[in-house]
Amino acid sequence: MYVAVKGGDAAIENSQTLLAEERRGDRRVPELTLDQIKNQLSISVDRVMAEGSLYDRDLAALAIKQARGDIVEAIFLLRAYRTTLPRFGNTHPIDTAKMQIRRRISATFKDLPGGQILGPSFDYTHRLLDFSLVENSDSPVAEEASENILAEMPRVTELLDDEGLIEKEIDVNEQEPFDVTRNSLKFPASREARLQNLARGDEGFLLALAYSTQRGWGKTHPFAGEIRMGEVGVEIIPEELGFPIEVGEITVTECQMVNQFKGSATIPAQFTRGYGLTFGHNERKAMSMGILDRSLRSKELGEAINAPAQDEEFVLSHSCNVEASGFVQHLKLPHYVDFQSELVTVRALRKATTFSEKKEDSTGSKNVEGAE
Amino acid sequence: MTNVLLSAKNLSHHYASQVGCIDINFDIYPGEVLGVVGESGSGKTTLLKNISGLLQPSSGSVKFDTRLDGLKDIYLLSEPERRLLMRTDWGIVFQNARDGLRMNVSAGANVGERLMAIGARNYGDIRNEATDWLQNVEIGLERIDHYPETFSGGMLQRLQIARNLVTKPRLVFMDEPTSGLDVSVQARLLDLIRGLVSQLGIACIIVSHDLGVMRLLSNRLIVMHQGRVVEQGLTDQVLDDPQHPYTQLLVSSILPV
Amino acid sequence: MTAISGEQKKSSRLKEKTLDGYNFAYLDDQTKRMIRRATLKAVAIPGYQVPFGSREMPLPFGWGTGGIQVTASIIGIDDTLKVIDQGADDTTNAVNIRRFFAKTAGVETTENTSDASIIQTRHRIPEAKLKSDQIIVYQVPIPEPLRWIEPREEETRKMHALTEYGVMHVGLYENIAHFGKVTTSYNYPVQVNDHYVMSPSPIPKFDNPKMDEMPALQLFGAGREKRIYAVPPYTKVKSLDFEDHPFEIESWSECCALCGSSSSFLDEVITDDKGSRMFVCSDSNFCANRRAKGHKGPGLPRKFEIKDIE
Repeated sequence: MYVAVKGGDAAIENSQTLLAEERRGDRRVPELTLDQIKNQLSISVDRVMAEGSLYDRDLAALAIKQARGDIVEAIFLLRAYRTTLPRFGNTHPIDTAKMQIRRRISATFKDLPGGQILGPSFDYTHRLLDFSLVENSDSPVAEEASENILAEMPRVTELLDDEGLIEKEIDVNEQEPFDVTRNSLKFPASREARLQNLARGDEGFLLALAYSTQRGWGKTHPFAGEIRMGEVGVEIIPEELGFPIEVGEITVTECQMVNQFKGSATIPAQFTRGYGLTFGHNERKAMSMGILDRSLRSKELGEAINAPAQDEEFVLSHSCNVEASGFVQHLKLPHYVDFQSELVTVRALRKATTFSEKKEDSTGSKNVEGAE
Repeated sequence: MTNVLLSAKNLSHHYASQVGCIDINFDIYPGEVLGVVGESGSGKTTLLKNISGLLQPSSGSVKFDTRLDGLKDIYLLSEPERRLLMRTDWGIVFQNARDGLRMNVSAGANVGERLMAIGARNYGDIRNEATDWLQNVEIGLERIDHYPETFSGGMLQRLQIARNLVTKPRLVFMDEPTSGLDVSVQARLLDLIRGLVSQLGIACIIVSHDLGVMRLLSNRLIVMHQGRVVEQGLTDQVLDDPQHPYTQLLVSSILPV
Repeated sequence: MTAISGEQKKSSRLKEKTLDGYNFAYLDDQTKRMIRRATLKAVAIPGYQVPFGSREMPLPFGWGTGGIQVTASIIGIDDTLKVIDQGADDTTNAVNIRRFFAKTAGVETTENTSDASIIQTRHRIPEAKLKSDQIIVYQVPIPEPLRWIEPREEETRKMHALTEYGVMHVGLYENIAHFGKVTTSYNYPVQVNDHYVMSPSPIPKFDNPKMDEMPALQLFGAGREKRIYAVPPYTKVKSLDFEDHPFEIESWSECCALCGSSSSFLDEVITDDKGSRMFVCSDSNFCANRRAKGHKGPGLPRKFEIKDIE
């Protein structure tokens, strides 16, 4: 057994080889290509980009392949890679008002300017396993519509805003926004820090907390004001040019939640807002984020705080699955020295109890200075 | 002529849509017990929070006679100074004992904490003081290592009192100290408080809706209604000969004990 | 912090060994600068937790990323690095981290404590006394000693600022009241320079006295929690206690089965399924050096042979 403690190097190398073998699986089966993952597992790719905080479909696909489909592991890979990337600067904020809409729905109005554009969604399917997908078959090709979607689709929140029914979203911060990837979060957190944290946060965690608010653990009475998904341009303003140029296009999902109205002595009753935004197509996450954004504004809006989803420190400290996974799984690391200390202590206590003399400790605790 | 201990001047507090308290003025002197009586919604809880440092008032001042620097506005003190004050020279006994105790440490640790916070470093001495105080508040010594979770309502209140008095504060705030307790338990607690207060010369501001409690404990009384002080004076005078219509209503509606 | 040498030999070793496309020791220079600034601030305020913009590293959070980031920011091509976990150079965590620096920095590594200029450690201080030209970097899971009493960072920050530490003694009081003694056996809180209360990281309390007036610089990195703190050389570090219940360390009635030491921290190894056990030094290098000098312990229980001890 003493031999086992030595040879850690070799053991690790063997483990890595074994892992690579299992990743490949049966060699008679064709190897996955990044193109396949990008195209046919695009929702996975979207999630990895969103929580990995890096918009690159190829890298996300690679991470998924390397992680054998373990999405949280893939997110970790992408984050670690992000650390090594130099930062050239900040982009102009994306303008979702100019989004090339592929899907846009609202639950607050039956019909609205621009229409309810259903787009590609599981929402209208029946969840019946489709065995025709077992053998690769030709999937149908969608027919092009006769009319174009509006180029600039008006926002539901603006419709409410015109009547003064919803609180205004005002950008108060003139300087560079706080960057949670460069600075450690302090409490109370600014709204931008909160939104960044939620955008990177684990989808499952956000979903569960959002769900809890709907079941009475804090309540915000949310309505899905608008959900839109599509492509937006990304612009930077190079110093040398002094005007913005578009450097690319990304897909985002945006959710505006409309929440219960609030009034005060000076301001008449208005609806309040919650905001969610993700890379790629992920409505579940964007909606959960919108609900939580509002729920975490409880303090700001003077509401009683008594639910976990309203507790800023609780939510924001535990939302990152890279941190959570690392720390939970670190228990697998050797802890035998700490454990040894506990063993010594427990034995000493038991011995003391046997002799039923609480103060005397015969296994001996000495004040020993240093080592030989 | 002794100095005033705490002085509230033109104290007002507004919440977003409603008023807490309006234009409150009073003084309290060392060793006095001042009662603040009113129904729920009268503003007495807001007032208590304002004068005990828990909630900064919208306007007005709260001054306290500090040991070293004399009369000072407590909201102009730095946070460290205010927090130290609240841990040593002041005590706060909450209506719900759980708000004023650590439920996950023993009774002895609860009582000893303030001593440890100001630098006590001898376990034996701390334990002895805790023992003394448990005796003073009539909690059996065998409970010293028990958790507050196992205590009755009356015991929790007595533990809270011990925890506050161990640093011999000059002023103690009490919020409905006997609410939720059985009548006999209440009586015993009131006796205890009265005894300790007079024995130690502590000044006390007690907020309650219960006139019986006020009759027994307080020297002077302030009556609050809809955020304002409608009457104040010596307790016996106010209760035996109420001048303001609201006070008259209040006095006439209590059931004789 | 050592200077990067311009010598031909060293720069070629740099090129040979470091990972293609990555900066020396993985982190980019701006990140290193940010970490160094945080570290300097920490050294200037002994025991105070300095927030820093911790990065995701190729090892998971909770597995030493804080220690790695601190080491990566101070290591230079002339340094010699030792990495230990639970006192041993060969546990998987230590191996992994050592390989990481070999890959990304190409520095010399060693198992011998006295030959190292930087020692990164998880949960133990080496038995050999450290010198003033050495730096020890501790991996820290939870930097906040008040965390178990107060989960909120907003509140613990205030408590540190106002030195409101009474509540730490409440914890010790409780131990003594219930068990007759303080039962905290590792991660035993200390007060640094008579001011800040600090978590020494989950080292056994046995190691706490080594921190007091240590000639080496002690740096602490918590990657997931995003804090760095430090104890400058020759600083007072006192374990919290009561006057009448002074701080005590562990002891064993056995000595090391291999080298006979009775003053080092011993690991318990179970040798058969009938409960036989033996005790060996946790610090593998310390033990090996003693054996090299001729010290011998009582040996393994009779049934087994020593296969390979280097």
